[in-house]
Amino acid sequence: MKRSIYINGIGAVTAQGVWRADFFVESHPLQHAVNAVQQPSYKELISPAMARRMSRGIKMGIYAAQQALDEAHITIPDAIITGTGLGCSEDSEKFLRNVLDNEEQFLTPTAFIQSTHNTVAAQIALRLGCKGYNFTYVNRSVSFESAVLDALMQLHDGEASSILVGAVDEISDHTARLLQLIGYIKPSDVHETVKESKSPGANYAESATFFTLSQEKTAQSYCEILDLCLQNKVSQSELPTFVDKFLKKNGLQLQDIDALVLGYSGDSDFDGWYEQAEQLFDATVSLYYKHLVGQCDTSSAFGLAMAAQFVSDQAIPETAQYNTTTLDRPLKNVLLYNQFRGEDHSLVLVRSC
Amino acid sequence: MQQPNNIIYKIEMAELKEELKGKIIEVLNLEDIAVADIADSDPLFGEGLGLDSIDALELIVLMDKEYGIKLSDPKQGKSIFQSIDTMAAYIAENRTK
Repeated sequence: MKRSIYINGIGAVTAQGVWRADFFVESHPLQHAVNAVQQPSYKELISPAMARRMSRGIKMGIYAAQQALDEAHITIPDAIITGTGLGCSEDSEKFLRNVLDNEEQFLTPTAFIQSTHNTVAAQIALRLGCKGYNFTYVNRSVSFESAVLDALMQLHDGEASSILVGAVDEISDHTARLLQLIGYIKPSDVHETVKESKSPGANYAESATFFTLSQEKTAQSYCEILDLCLQNKVSQSELPTFVDKFLKKNGLQLQDIDALVLGYSGDSDFDGWYEQAEQLFDATVSLYYKHLVGQCDTSSAFGLAMAAQFVSDQAIPETAQYNTTTLDRPLKNVLLYNQFRGEDHSLVLVRSC
Repeated sequence: MQQPNNIIYKIEMAELKEELKGKIIEVLNLEDIAVADIADSDPLFGEGLGLDSIDALELIVLMDKEYGIKLSDPKQGKSIFQSIDTMAAYIAENRTK
């Protein structure tokens, strides 16, 4: 029998600050092309001796992970699974710059050690003393969803009872410049919010979002994760079949979805997929989140955090609402849809518990 | 080699120690530590600055890159990296740049 899987804890470090009760009240749409996170103080969690070798991504990951564990009252999870698109790009750049500047001489170990994609999950485990399964998925814009899929399978099979799952992507200067050159990030002189956007590219931001997933429903449980599916290529004309097949697999129809969380990024070339999804669910509330936390390969993790919060609260703040449809029924089933530049499509289904 | 009792030598050594402290803080990213916080005789490893084995590798690279000193015998490191005093004395004796 398929077990129920619950989100029992959430943590995040974003451009709007850390995960907190009034997150959506205090948040404002991002207008800059590149946005750094609002850093919390890490001194309470990370000793200065450890922190001096850590890039922002590692610190953000440790902070968000601890928030998620604290909320769930879990000290050491059975497994730690993360997803990242570009990994610790700051240290990767530092190491490669040293290689070039010093003509392959004088290479020091620190930046290389910290540049690997699985560093964040490893540092979280080292800090917690967690010797369980530790894995990092690097599958561009379905990196986080791949991590969740792994966690769901392990929890369904009973191989673990609580798993820390998360996503981290940091922004480093050179990588951001390259992403701007190829049009993934909007030019620096363009200041558009996601909703106002009429241009290609997206406003990027770094972020870390973590969840404690468990078989056990607790007083802290936000919601249940029912199912998830990934597909690399889905054309706009194939989208209705992709969605319909997923819902049918879970015994649902379009009208059973009470809210739709869409990954609108303000990229005029690729937001058409979301418009197509909205047309499918024409009488359903549609929500968005990348106007608050920006685009990165794993920003969809924040979409899940947002959906979980709203399902738990049974309320939708105005700042997250994309269309004008008002919610006139309990928020039971919420469907999340994300894609990146027309590829890496993912659907995640959550339900109130 | 300059004589230890030479006043110029003493000034150069003081400057070298200050420079060395600055480079160590920068290379090892010692947050919240200033040059003035490091005494010349403080142990660099264990007590004192509390550096570890990865830092030792960083210091070996620093000696090579900044002063042209290649430490081929790892056993030498223990005595050379005892303190700023010992590092500066070794650099003054062996630097090639």
